[in-house]
Amino acid sequence: MPDSLLLFAQSAAGADTAWGLDVVVLSRLQFALTIMFHYLFPPLTIGMSVVLVYLKGRHLATGAAIYDDAARFWTKIFGLNFAMGVVTGIVMEFQFGTNWAAYSRFVGDVFGSALAAEGIFAFFLESGFLSLLLFGWDRVGPKTHFFATLMVAVGGIFSSVWIVIANSWQQTPAGSEIRDYVVNGQVYQRAEIVDFWALVFNPSSMNRLVHVWLGAFLLGAFFVMSISAWYLIKRRHEEFARRSFVGGLLLATVAAFAQLLSGHEQANAVAEYQPAKLAAMEGVYETTDNAPIYLFGSPNDETETVDYGLAVPGMLSWLLAFDTSAEVQGLDELDPIYGRPPVWITFQAYHLMVAIGSAMIAMTLLAWLYYWRGRLFTTHWLLWLFVLMVVPAFVANEAGWVAAEVGRQPWIVYPRVVDGVAVDGLRTSDGVSEAVSADQVLGSILFFGLIYTVLFGLWISLLHTKISHGPAGVAAGDGRAGHDEHGGFVEAVTEMVSHREGMTGDKSKE
Amino acid sequence: MDYALLWFVLLGVLLAGYAVLDGFDLGVGMLTPVAKNDHERRILFNSIGPLWDGNEVWLVTFGGALFAAFPEAYATVFSGFYTALMAVLGALIFRAVSIEFRSKFKWGWWRGLWDGVFFLSSLVASLVFGVAIGGAMVGVPLDERGVMRATLMDQLGWYPLLVGAMTVALFAQHGALFLRLKTKDELRERVDRWAWRLHGAFALLWIAVTVATMVALPHALTNFAHAPWALLVPVLNVLAILNISRSMKKGHELAAFFSSGATILALVFLLGVAIFPNLVASSPYPEHSLTIHNAASSEKTLWIMSIIALLGMPCVLAYTTVVYWTFRGKVELDEHSY
Repeated sequence: MPDSLLLFAQSAAGADTAWGLDVVVLSRLQFALTIMFHYLFPPLTIGMSVVLVYLKGRHLATGAAIYDDAARFWTKIFGLNFAMGVVTGIVMEFQFGTNWAAYSRFVGDVFGSALAAEGIFAFFLESGFLSLLLFGWDRVGPKTHFFATLMVAVGGIFSSVWIVIANSWQQTPAGSEIRDYVVNGQVYQRAEIVDFWALVFNPSSMNRLVHVWLGAFLLGAFFVMSISAWYLIKRRHEEFARRSFVGGLLLATVAAFAQLLSGHEQANAVAEYQPAKLAAMEGVYETTDNAPIYLFGSPNDETETVDYGLAVPGMLSWLLAFDTSAEVQGLDELDPIYGRPPVWITFQAYHLMVAIGSAMIAMTLLAWLYYWRGRLFTTHWLLWLFVLMVVPAFVANEAGWVAAEVGRQPWIVYPRVVDGVAVDGLRTSDGVSEAVSADQVLGSILFFGLIYTVLFGLWISLLHTKISHGPAGVAAGDGRAGHDEHGGFVEAVTEMVSHREGMTGDKSKE
Repeated sequence: MDYALLWFVLLGVLLAGYAVLDGFDLGVGMLTPVAKNDHERRILFNSIGPLWDGNEVWLVTFGGALFAAFPEAYATVFSGFYTALMAVLGALIFRAVSIEFRSKFKWGWWRGLWDGVFFLSSLVASLVFGVAIGGAMVGVPLDERGVMRATLMDQLGWYPLLVGAMTVALFAQHGALFLRLKTKDELRERVDRWAWRLHGAFALLWIAVTVATMVALPHALTNFAHAPWALLVPVLNVLAILNISRSMKKGHELAAFFSSGATILALVFLLGVAIFPNLVASSPYPEHSLTIHNAASSEKTLWIMSIIALLGMPCVLAYTTVVYWTFRGKVELDEHSY
């Protein structure tokens, strides 16, 4: 199986090892651990903040108490998720300097300003209005409170803008040049900004931003649908659960289909700017026309083939060029400057993401079909699918990140070709801190491993407590077990559009 | 215009903003043992409930701005002080977790555990920040590439530890003065007694640090010769410290808190005067020092960042003010409290 794991682990910088692993491998492991744990939360809170804005907006517009109850319930869960994102996020910012000092010296001039912009434009906005959102229910008016909710959502989106721009610059550098500079009489190289807007709108940033947002919306929507479906199965808070579910389903449907287009755009951009990554994602070892797409398989670096694969011939050529006989460059004929990423990991992460994305589309369609026939809220096997689907939704976001980041190896800043001349980037192995030993990094991995295990346990148990407790007020008082009063799709849409609040007796409590 | 100098000043502003704001909530953390029962402890937690997260953003932005404006210094400090930084990260995570999670279950052992964690993590974070600042005053061994070659033990001299102790007392005092604004009745009286004790402890440690700096670190004072006007700041610093006791005696709660904030501002300013133009002073090879010029990003980057700061900072100050105004007054527990 994964010979590529060895590749991932190669490039020893020095003899300094701990448990047989050198500083580079350990630093990579630490980065993977900390960012993957962190990345559970930002997409979730960005997606959920959209749901919150919707619910609070509906409450302002209609005055219906059930929206207020729903907003209060989801805000509590949102607050918990947000706190997890904050505490794990601070580690991310520090460890560029702690573990990747050489990288920091190389990219500070371009990467740092995006990070500083995130701090000034996004974090302050988020944290300021978050306190109004979480603690301001009785201290500010409903309009101010709605505004605070909106600003928290905007803050999260701003934050993703700057982070994705910074990351995309590493994938497809633009607006910058590698120049000499002098410290204490010694000459070094670093990337410097030449054109700020070219950096911001580098070839992959906007594409990837849309892709990340849609991933976040899908996660937020499936998270809300998962909990709502569970309430529907347990016949608790049913009116609340139906509304939350339909809201989530609307968001998920739009996002899932948009993600299909965005994913396609994305693949084209990767093919153009990071051909080695595309070859690894699709398992293309040899340059070929009529290149197939594998539905699944196991790339084998030794034989340079995809084992146990199921392929659709010509499909990759067609998707990239709308011509089944178009040539797709394989790892064998690519400019050696790109190097070979670990194929197995990249391939599997990418395929996992695509498979889950396809499953999401299928499930939203199925849900609408059952909704239309008036049986969505009573079909337990389908509801159970939605309860469970939140886990793959998390996995899809993580896998997308893994495919993007592992696929650009061995580079931390990708090389590029300008006017036919190859411009070097920075190798990951050259990015680690000179002052840090393998023992120190191993120690911090164990330290964070322990902390994150505790955090994960607390997060799950608190989610469980909050979900068991459920929403308060009208939504909790809805004890009409087993009633499904939804006529059908047309009625439901009419009702949503006309803002009527007559679905059940929730007016009685207003 | 000298953008490197401008960013040296702006980083000072961010650091001062962090120290003044997170300083009091770290102080509240260190005062957890003052509370006698669960209700009182919840008051302490909720006094900073809506504020601590925003306060910490000043540190995050300081980190981002240091990365952007002086990447050499960011890389050197963060990798060189690796172990200390991991301790800070651990402390900040555990602190946030204890605030977030302690009130979620009613079990006594659960709350006791997180109260202890809250106290310890606040103490460790304050101490390490102080030690780091003391270390920056003394200087660290750098090679010609600006890489720090020092073990953890090298970084722990008597002077940094003394500055660490002063920082602990300063933040604890600042937290106590903040709690005088937020509490009432019996708790308020107990907090008041602690404010006096901590004020005394801080004043003594401040004198010790001042004397130690003059005796052991004469290089920290050379900039006063170039800029005599800066001598005004130590004078204001003394006045601010005196004004803390004066305001406490007169019952001017807000004035005492602001005086303690002014003390922190003065100390951050003095730190800047002491190390300028270095960001990371190298000892024993001063020629390896990272200065605001050899560690800076390109002019263009600093200019872009200045625009970002110019657009962003007024907004930041505006909503910081709104939040503090909204949550003014004595703490009352309600259903949204921790």
